[in-house]
Amino acid sequence: MLHLTLFLFFGAICVAGAVNLLVQRHPINSALSLVAVMASLAAEYLLLGAEFVAAVQVIVYAGAIMVLFVFTIMLLNAGEEERSKGSRVAILLGIPGVAIGGVLVAWTLLRHSNTAAVPMFALPGDPRAIARLLFHDFLLPFEVTSILILIAIMGAVVLASKPEAVARGPKRED
Amino acid sequence: MSITTFAIISIIKSIAVIFVLLTAVAYSVWLERKVSARIQNRWGPTRVGPFGLLQPLADGIKFIFKEDLTQPYVYKTLYIASPIIAVVFAITAISVIPFGNSITIGSITTPLQITDLNIGLLVVLGITSMGVYGVALAGWSSNSKYSLLGGLRASAQMISYEISLGLSLIPVLILAGSFSLRDIVNSQRHLHWNFFYIPFGTIAFFIYLISAYAETNRTPFDLPEAESELVAGYHTEYSAMKFAMFFMAEYANMVTVACLSTLLFFGGWLGPVFGPPIVQSLLPVLWFCLKVFFFMFLYVWVRWTLPRFRYDQLMAFGWKVLLPMAIANLVATALVVAWRA
Amino acid sequence: MVPLSYYLLLSGILFGCGVLGFLIKRNIITIFMSIELMLNGVNLSFVAFAAHWHALSGQIFVFFVMVVAAAEAAVGLAIIIAVYRTRETLNVDQVNLLKL
Repeated sequence: MLHLTLFLFFGAICVAGAVNLLVQRHPINSALSLVAVMASLAAEYLLLGAEFVAAVQVIVYAGAIMVLFVFTIMLLNAGEEERSKGSRVAILLGIPGVAIGGVLVAWTLLRHSNTAAVPMFALPGDPRAIARLLFHDFLLPFEVTSILILIAIMGAVVLASKPEAVARGPKRED
Repeated sequence: MSITTFAIISIIKSIAVIFVLLTAVAYSVWLERKVSARIQNRWGPTRVGPFGLLQPLADGIKFIFKEDLTQPYVYKTLYIASPIIAVVFAITAISVIPFGNSITIGSITTPLQITDLNIGLLVVLGITSMGVYGVALAGWSSNSKYSLLGGLRASAQMISYEISLGLSLIPVLILAGSFSLRDIVNSQRHLHWNFFYIPFGTIAFFIYLISAYAETNRTPFDLPEAESELVAGYHTEYSAMKFAMFFMAEYANMVTVACLSTLLFFGGWLGPVFGPPIVQSLLPVLWFCLKVFFFMFLYVWVRWTLPRFRYDQLMAFGWKVLLPMAIANLVATALVVAWRA
Repeated sequence: MVPLSYYLLLSGILFGCGVLGFLIKRNIITIFMSIELMLNGVNLSFVAFAAHWHALSGQIFVFFVMVVAAAEAAVGLAIIIAVYRTRETLNVDQVNLLKL
């Protein structure tokens, strides 16, 4: 009962945030509703017992990636969206299309709704157990993703720097 | 312990801790004014109450009665929400900080902590990560040059130093073996404080201290709010109660950093304990408060002694010096601990 | 006790909202945020299935999804800044010529 109430509460916040992201015209409001979605998803992960994943979701996703989005919106001074012909066509075709897909998925899922119930804190994901898996069985993907992040950092620095700064080379330190 | 007893005790503990935290925030302002005055060879507040001890009360009343200017060109919702976000995240971090061992009143034994999560340190790091939003949105929603530049600079500085902050705490985790703050303190018994773990604990402590000073926007890293640089940075356009909330958020962050420093490096509440059981429960709290007071004094001392960094020097220091040092310290600690095991 | 299908339904709704945002929005930053919303929906179904099958590797995979999302957000936002510098617009409808 408690599990269902909490799940529905945080699920409602998730869905409200997702719908608000679509409805808002200014990107900063969409960004903040996405932060609300991520925070309530962290609460959902806690309900399933994945405590380390929930903490990392808050630190990495809501606390770093979304800050990056908010920075970009502030730097580029993004304004409200205008309506254009392309957007009207997309709304006309997109909403019915996704609605049909969504109804199909929901109908298939609820038809088999006699799947087993997931109890609260079903799989305790404490840091020790996750570390054991991450550094033994999944060591190769771990190292590969760290190299991926390094490449992404270098690419982002080069792409976002001003063109003449890259051409001139490193500045002399004073 | 039944669920209602647990709920009532938790509510009482939360109210008590928040009350103590807000009082500590108010009196850290008094501490700053007094210590800075003595460093500058003057008196500081002396008129309101003995030794100026009622000065925070007078300041609070002044803030409530000040005119609340609201410019017409701000983004209303975010302008009002930013100080609230800043204060909420600053105060929430105190919920996992332990003040002492358990206390027994009548038949109820409860730990001196609002909640002991076994990912407590990660929760504190997550909350400080979310605290960047208050600063960034305040700067942006004020719709003015100084605020936007100050907000961008402050939040860029905060997210840059978050990395070395987190990395400098990992050696502590390696030595303690758990994310729970209570377990980390308990692993420092018998004067095995992490600060005395030469050289890695000491290096980790200094990296943590420098990163935390930058994270809380305090001198020598307070360019975003320095008066001579950017008027007042991200809180230029705020007045009265909203400005007071930013002020409270900054000092509450300072208190959190001071608490974490004592818990992770200086043994938390560990100290000589003697006497009857009720004294034995409260004496650790006294040791904890003394250590936290020392760190607050250190904050104020550093502020009024050192000049401030220029912004590019600040960012270069964070990325090119502190981050490699934190990573090297982490690798060295891991190697030494693995070799000894 | 919450049936597994409820978690999958929530994950599907989030993913559907992400797809919808990707299709109907014209601001490039909002399109990127819809991609992040899709990734979050997928993360939720990973964690739900990990709890269902008692396999901790589901939670490990969430880390890799987060890392990839972070890398993609960093590079994507850098590209947006580079495009904004030359074309002065964030509207995807107006970035339709290879020549400026």
